Amino acid sequence: MAQITLKNLAHSYLATPKGEQDYALKEMDHVWQDGGAYALLGSSGCGKTTLLNIISGLLKPSQGRVLFGDRDVTEAETAERNIAQVFQFPVVYDTMTVRDNLAFPLRNRGKDAAYIARRVDQIARMIGMEATLDRKARGLTADAKQKISLGRGMVREDVNAILFDEPLTVIDPHMKWELRTQLKQLHREFGHTMIYVTHDQTEALTFADKVVVMYDGRVVQMGTPEELFETPAHTFVGYFIGSPGMNLLPAEIRGSTAHLQGAAVPLGAAYGPITGRTQIGIRPEYAVLTEGDGLPITIRRVEDVGRHRIVRGEVAGQMVSVIAPEGMPVGASLTHVRFTPDRINVYADDWRVAPAGGAA
Amino acid sequence: MALELQAVSRVVKGQVHIQPTTLTLEKGTMNVLLGPTSSGKTSLMRLMAGLDAPTTGRLKWHGQDVTGVRVQDRKVAMVYQQFINYPAMSVYDNIASPLRLMGKDRAEIDRAVRATAEMLKLTPMLARKPLELSGGQQQRCALARALVKDAGLVLLDEPLANLDYKLREELRAEIPRIFEESGAIFVYATTEPEEALLLGGNTATLWEGRVTQFGPTPTVYRQPADATTARVFSDPPMNFVSCFKEGHRMNFGGTANAPADGAFAALPDGRYTAGFRANHLHLNTHSGTAVEFRCTLGVTEITGSETFLHLTHGSDRWVGLVHGVHDLTAGAEVSVWLDPTHVYIFDAEGRLAAPAGYAMAA
Amino acid sequence: MDKTQNNKAWFLVLPVLVVVAFSAILPLMTVVNYAVNDTFGNNEFFWQGLVWFEEMVTSSRLHEALGRQILFSAIILAIEVPLGIYIALNMPKKGFWASVCLVLMALPLLIPFNVVGTIWQIFGRVDIGLLGHYLAELGFDYNYVSDPIDAWITVIVMDVWHWTSLVALLCYAGLQSIPNAYYQAARVDQASRWAVFRYIELPKMAGVLLIAVLLRFMDSFMIYTEPFVVTGGGPGNSTTFLSIDLVKMAIGQFDLGPAAAFSIMYFLVILLVSWVFYTVMTNLDKEEGK
Repeated sequence: MAQITLKNLAHSYLATPKGEQDYALKEMDHVWQDGGAYALLGSSGCGKTTLLNIISGLLKPSQGRVLFGDRDVTEAETAERNIAQVFQFPVVYDTMTVRDNLAFPLRNRGKDAAYIARRVDQIARMIGMEATLDRKARGLTADAKQKISLGRGMVREDVNAILFDEPLTVIDPHMKWELRTQLKQLHREFGHTMIYVTHDQTEALTFADKVVVMYDGRVVQMGTPEELFETPAHTFVGYFIGSPGMNLLPAEIRGSTAHLQGAAVPLGAAYGPITGRTQIGIRPEYAVLTEGDGLPITIRRVEDVGRHRIVRGEVAGQMVSVIAPEGMPVGASLTHVRFTPDRINVYADDWRVAPAGGAA
Repeated sequence: MALELQAVSRVVKGQVHIQPTTLTLEKGTMNVLLGPTSSGKTSLMRLMAGLDAPTTGRLKWHGQDVTGVRVQDRKVAMVYQQFINYPAMSVYDNIASPLRLMGKDRAEIDRAVRATAEMLKLTPMLARKPLELSGGQQQRCALARALVKDAGLVLLDEPLANLDYKLREELRAEIPRIFEESGAIFVYATTEPEEALLLGGNTATLWEGRVTQFGPTPTVYRQPADATTARVFSDPPMNFVSCFKEGHRMNFGGTANAPADGAFAALPDGRYTAGFRANHLHLNTHSGTAVEFRCTLGVTEITGSETFLHLTHGSDRWVGLVHGVHDLTAGAEVSVWLDPTHVYIFDAEGRLAAPAGYAMAA
Repeated sequence: MDKTQNNKAWFLVLPVLVVVAFSAILPLMTVVNYAVNDTFGNNEFFWQGLVWFEEMVTSSRLHEALGRQILFSAIILAIEVPLGIYIALNMPKKGFWASVCLVLMALPLLIPFNVVGTIWQIFGRVDIGLLGHYLAELGFDYNYVSDPIDAWITVIVMDVWHWTSLVALLCYAGLQSIPNAYYQAARVDQASRWAVFRYIELPKMAGVLLIAVLLRFMDSFMIYTEPFVVTGGGPGNSTTFLSIDLVKMAIGQFDLGPAAAFSIMYFLVILLVSWVFYTVMTNLDKEEGK
């Protein structure tokens, strides 16, 4: 196990990149803690797979270094890096039994038979596949196969990191719950450094201690799920995290009040002078429909998601989503929306502005 | 004006793919087929489209028997999970292709293509090739091709499954709007309960080739006819606990007692299974009538605003979804509360014996 | 997935059926007719029953030809299949050189059989052939016209040159369908090159390999044109394979009855062996799936 350090790392798929726009991965410096569970979250084309491939050794970065612990592995081959990887589509050796599949990485490293047998049994128990150990892997369901690849990743005790490349894509919603908890339990038990690439915010947030949100080849925020939810550093994070995403409204900020087309919205803190395009961001969870308090809203549509409802309406010419609890009637008397002041974030040119007085 | 399935079934080499199914899909409705992988969603769609012939039963389209009619001779359009477009044709030609096959005249094709492209926000991409588009745009192009035909029946087989989460969210919000404009019968297969809820309309839940319930989506969600339907239509999975009724008392899981009033009053004494959804578990006594369960906490998952709790209660494994961020220690004993009005009672055969009180009130 | 039944589709097959009836079934019936009769021309036939068949089954000449034939097919398969796989594994996966390789590999397949024979016939000649000449220069006593071993080597090398491409191209297609993630996983698992071949490439190639083996077996078992052009079945009878022997019998000696009986048995043998091949290999496939 090891801490992973990315130093001045950048990558371009072009031989002679001219400007920043030619880089699929813009320069970054990060240290990922030993034993941490990290998620790389972003939409397709944001550079998360490029970053994963650099860490796994599939791709040599155009600049910068990758360090596992103190060792520089930038030039090292995948096999030398001592990592494990679980792919989007289950990769199993079809003609081998489940047992041989699990034993394969150990046998290749010349471990002795007694150790292998013990370890394979242990892993099989953990992934709940003791009963199918002597079956051929071919013909198993997708989630069983994915469990095998997961088990193959866990079987070596000394791996530096386990990388997951959208591992739950082909899994049924019900099985996702089981696999996700299993993964989480395994992480707690063994403390491997885990890096999980996904476009699915629920998977990223529920899996990781630290979520790395990527946008256009850049890490826009790295933080705990709570930080990403409460104080998104960039409007993209606000939009990408949460379902529906954060409401963004153009506003003029003066002290502790935001002015939107004549209406004033109280903020939780005071702000100094801000330059650039300013917006306020408020999560649908922190917007409440009222009978007269707050800003006037014209309700356009109500979507019932079961455990709550999403109310879509227009505020000051902008579409705004509000989450209303299950069972609360959304009647004609609800004409206004109130934003919880201390949950409002302020953005200038898409980046979050910290309130004056230093409180982040 | 409707598509009627009358005791339609399909058996292939002795294996039952679809149990005898009777369904009526009315014109201008959105119908969701909800079920896990290989529960028969695609098989049922293929029967509806006429791609497969039913083993038994009849299919009627607007009152006319179409059981043996080939798919080419029906007005059916289909969209798949994979983005299927003609890679060598521009988006415009892709959308126009079904109309050209029908032999429509140029002006008419042009009008229809442009109108459909506008509806699906493809107007700026008309001259491009499908592979130059993003996944979401490619699937929109496939959708446009299905819609432009003006087919009476549009079948969508997990059309958003291969898209990024956020794109899925956006297209999901658009589909009901598109559907309102077109007026065809839509059938939409999905594995995700949330998708079914967002699409609205009617939902048929499928389990092992059987339609377990069919009705307006919120009704199926809140008043499931049996435990299977409830399980299919819950994500996180529905929680179950054994319970019994004795006189005026309901007992849940051996420890928690509640008065048997409301919907429970009419239940005969005996053993049952209680089911409840994750979001109805709470970490505090949120209502006066809530009953307490002592559980062992497994993993917790934080989504930013909410926390999933993985709990063990006796031999049952539950999932709870509570508001706020709770960083609790794994392995700890925790108390969770449940309001009995959020509980469904199922009998030994899994049929709904007493509905949840809150669902009846809603 | 199964398709909708449409009985009209049979009408589309009808023209083919008619053509096949004229080109295959009618001639076959004629052969059957010859096989059970004796004829001296003038369309006069004398019923012989199974006499020709008995004669052929016990004929040592046929046994020897069959022996040579089996040996030839076995050698061909033993060389071409591993060699084809080896070439496929080492071909570039994409880019300019992949296309160059594909074209080069396809070339021998495009040459008509008799031309292949002629090429090698000249190529191997000691007096004017490049190969023969230089082999002689290097001190090899090589002469496919007089030495049976040399004749065999020539015929085998020619067949390998002609047909290994087919095996290689089929395997190459099978290899191309393996997702990259498998190779990546193998690298992560530190699998050896052999393990990658044994557990990833071979299982994924199994399907096309079965077709390749079947095609090569049937073709080599029926081989006629090339050895006929190069060696004419000689020296002596050393390269007289079944089909060459058959032609000698039928057209050289005008023993139409025995030749007809022979060809029917020949046909049945190929059918039988192919069927055995097919069932054994598809069953193996199923076994593994258990």
